[in-house]
Amino acid sequence: MALPFDPAAKFQEYARPEMLVSTDWLAAHLNDPGLVVAESDEDVLLYETGHIPGAVKLDWHTELNDPVSRDYVDGAGFARLMSDKGISRDSTLVLYGDRNNWWAAYALWVCTLFGHPDLRLLDGGRAKWIAEGREMTTEVPERPRTEYPVIERDDSSARAFRDEVQAHLGQPLIDVRSPGEYTGELLHMPDYPQEGALRGGHIPGARSVPWSRAAAEDATFRTRAELEAIYAGEAELRPADDVVVYCRIGERSSHTWFVLHHLLGYPHVRNYDGSWTEWGNSVRAPIRRGAQP
Amino acid sequence: MTTDSGTLNPRLREISEDFTALPDSERLQLLLEFAGELPPLPARYAEHHDQLEQVPECQSPLFLAVEVGADGIVHLFFDAPPEAPTTRGFAGILHAGLDGLDADEVLRTPGEFSAQLGLQDLVSPLRLRGLAAMLARIKRQVREQRA
Repeated sequence: MALPFDPAAKFQEYARPEMLVSTDWLAAHLNDPGLVVAESDEDVLLYETGHIPGAVKLDWHTELNDPVSRDYVDGAGFARLMSDKGISRDSTLVLYGDRNNWWAAYALWVCTLFGHPDLRLLDGGRAKWIAEGREMTTEVPERPRTEYPVIERDDSSARAFRDEVQAHLGQPLIDVRSPGEYTGELLHMPDYPQEGALRGGHIPGARSVPWSRAAAEDATFRTRAELEAIYAGEAELRPADDVVVYCRIGERSSHTWFVLHHLLGYPHVRNYDGSWTEWGNSVRAPIRRGAQP
Repeated sequence: MTTDSGTLNPRLREISEDFTALPDSERLQLLLEFAGELPPLPARYAEHHDQLEQVPECQSPLFLAVEVGADGIVHLFFDAPPEAPTTRGFAGILHAGLDGLDADEVLRTPGEFSAQLGLQDLVSPLRLRGLAAMLARIKRQVREQRA
């Protein structure tokens, strides 16, 4: 059974206010039946150091990816994972995590491919919950196993593949990587491991809007007006635009996908999860270097 | 990643056996214990952070320093933030397994040691590259300082 939406005034400005909950809301509803909270972090051990009471752990590397093929788990794999975590198809699933909800947004995007009906992000994520001195625990909850149905993954509306991006050239693209990765000076994030792209630069026509610009200093999302100024103003996206977002492997761009689709209401936004590690290695894929789109 | 062959010193072998003897569900807890046991950076490095070498292959920032004494004994120093427990855990393993050993023993550590902890499925190979990279940089520094 779905939980009530968070009526916080800030969220009502967004296109889909129901996609966010505040730390206040979560603290008040933490023990409600029908709610499952899941933490998804970059660091695979962070959950073990302490998490929101009752929260389960959801790891993208080891759980959401197919272990062999470069793809996500299939319908049966997702059903098994959700069942093991004690998540039902009708659970209200609130995701949160480290680094401005970067990985939580990624997990939310993957859950979207399986059409989980009620997905929400905790605005401000792990950092805000801790900064407010709220309760943390190392106790791992034992949620009873559920029977999550096998739902085939639907990649058609929120996910873009390389051929589709090729066909999309000339239409709006947002590159959410760091400026150095965009211009081609860097092949990977500053201070991060090289994850294997042979060429540097960006997809021709892509605008550079680093993903973290959508987050405020306290890790919450910027207000609708601030986001409009960035994406409609600077990046010149128009209301009905068909937009493809990408980064290096599709995780940072999940955050921007969430902002564009759910907070700003762009109807058709797809995340190209092949991203630069695919495009920058593809023979004869067009590449632009430098600061110009 | 280097694939040089070598032998695990008794301390690293024991660490490896401790990990692989545990059921999957408890291996991450052991990694977390190593994160907790990583000694803090001594003042001479904490105040001179520029003397540390960054390991960009780790997902979260990690800095390390290597000292080889006149007696050939290696001392290791690491700095990683508390919000990066996996990286701290890797550093804790290398500190527990290599600090205080003779330089030759450190250099004999196989480059693929990170694969012998039974963590591939729990941590992911990509994250484990950070551990391999730390070891490679430690060995390079030991070689340079002995030269």
